[in-house]
Amino acid sequence: MSEDVILKVRDVYRTYDIKGSLFKKASQLTAVKGVSLDVERGSTLAVVGESGCGKSTLARMLTMIDAQTSGSIEIDGLPIDISKTGISKEMRQKVQIVFQNPYGSLNPRQKIGHVLEEPLLLNTDMPAAERKDLALQMLQKVGLQPEHYGRYPHMFSGGQRQRIAIARAIMMKPKLLVLDEPVSALDLSVQAQILNLLADLQDEMGLTYVFISHDLSVVRYIADKVMVMYFGEVVEYGTRDEVFNNPQHDYTKTLFAATPRADVESIKKRLAAKAA
Amino acid sequence: MSLLEIRNLKVEFDTAKGPFKALDGVDYTVDAGEVLAIVGESGSGKSVAMLATMGLLPDSATITADKMEFEGLDLRTLSAKEKRKVIGRDISMIFQEPIASLNPCFTVGFQLSETLKAHTDLKGKQIKDRVIEIMTAVGIPDPAGRLNAFPHQMSGGQCQRVMIAMAIACSPKLLIADEPTTALDVTIQKQILDLIVKLQQDSGMGLIMITHDMGVVAETADRVIVQYKGRKMEEASVLSLFENPQNPYTKALLSALPENATGDRLPTVSDFAEAGGF
Repeated sequence: MSEDVILKVRDVYRTYDIKGSLFKKASQLTAVKGVSLDVERGSTLAVVGESGCGKSTLARMLTMIDAQTSGSIEIDGLPIDISKTGISKEMRQKVQIVFQNPYGSLNPRQKIGHVLEEPLLLNTDMPAAERKDLALQMLQKVGLQPEHYGRYPHMFSGGQRQRIAIARAIMMKPKLLVLDEPVSALDLSVQAQILNLLADLQDEMGLTYVFISHDLSVVRYIADKVMVMYFGEVVEYGTRDEVFNNPQHDYTKTLFAATPRADVESIKKRLAAKAA
Repeated sequence: MSLLEIRNLKVEFDTAKGPFKALDGVDYTVDAGEVLAIVGESGSGKSVAMLATMGLLPDSATITADKMEFEGLDLRTLSAKEKRKVIGRDISMIFQEPIASLNPCFTVGFQLSETLKAHTDLKGKQIKDRVIEIMTAVGIPDPAGRLNAFPHQMSGGQCQRVMIAMAIACSPKLLIADEPTTALDVTIQKQILDLIVKLQQDSGMGLIMITHDMGVVAETADRVIVQYKGRKMEEASVLSLFENPQNPYTKALLSALPENATGDRLPTVSDFAEAGGF
């Protein structure tokens, strides 16, 4: 059982120093307070919470953009603590990230082919022809065409750009993919396409996802396990069915109650209440 | 007579590649006390329609309509000066990004009082009292103290409350809310939607809710217009739209909701596009 766990996080804290000024004392902000979690290979963990709850800080630590202040992170058996050991190429291959805004996360001056090849260029000794082959294969895999290889990001729609960002993230064949609100900026029908693509890739490549989202209907659809964060702390952690059917913490209950319902029964109820 | 009646509204933008049709012959009517939701994806022309009504589109837009009346007043022939008397007083609008819609250089109290100075005969102390009254109505805690706060000192939800306060300051007959909760957290979204609906029910004004979120439609609307690529796909009461959608695009949109997922894969709009022919 334990060898199935690909991501192991124990009691992780992240503290930021806030600079003082003439009128303000320097202070500290603890964005993540003692988070522990296990993610099994090939499964999806959804992290839910409102803005400022620390979910993106957690993502930054998992993807080695930021170091944890204390606690341990282990990805595929490899301990991660970049403040002490730095980042090796081996570590980079384990985990990749897809950001929320597909317009902001691609360099407008870089052709798509270059975007996809860059991770290989930096981290491997692969010859150019081989890199190009891989990039072309990857384009097809995420539902784009080979002729897109030489185009620039502005020539693509939001959904296509998110496909490119996903393709870039899986170029290195990572074990773990962190998705930071990957569908929040997309239209409903495009959102469905991207969620389908993610499901296909997970089956095909055995990927493990940490899926950060504030949209509970998406989480319910995609997650195996759900973690709810509130002010840097984990307030709820369990399988999808446990969390959705029997939420324990008050914040989780508030969150469920606040989510708009688009089913016929709820509409009938609302209209009846309004008529009364 | 309807509060707002628009017939055959067309909007074209001049672009470098020639004219682009953003809206192609859509009708809208709203009655007093009614909540109309206009729903569609980006590029469906849902915001353009209401910006055209408000006269907020840039000069590159060509707006034509067979009829565009607010309370019998022809909005097409009004001069800019006459239009300013109506817009902001009888028709007002709330936008998506609350923090970007407020001026960072002025206090919220000042920005709220500007509307009243422009549209009412209130003076000095009366204005301040009215500002505090509407800030209380939209649920801003300690309104007298917040008068001198700048937008950056308030949260996104509070700024959206200020925007709503500004919109209802002159008791408008029609309120247009353009994606009012898209930038907000779910729990804050709930509060803001409840607030807008409560204000609408208390005052009996007409409300147009522009959104891409089917959940928001289900929670607020009486009647719904579904748009796609500048055309109206379907218009129906909220219950019959969700219970028995007629148009293939509406069906596609509803089945793409993750909560309606039945199998392993989500149906996408393009799965329906070939069969439905839109």
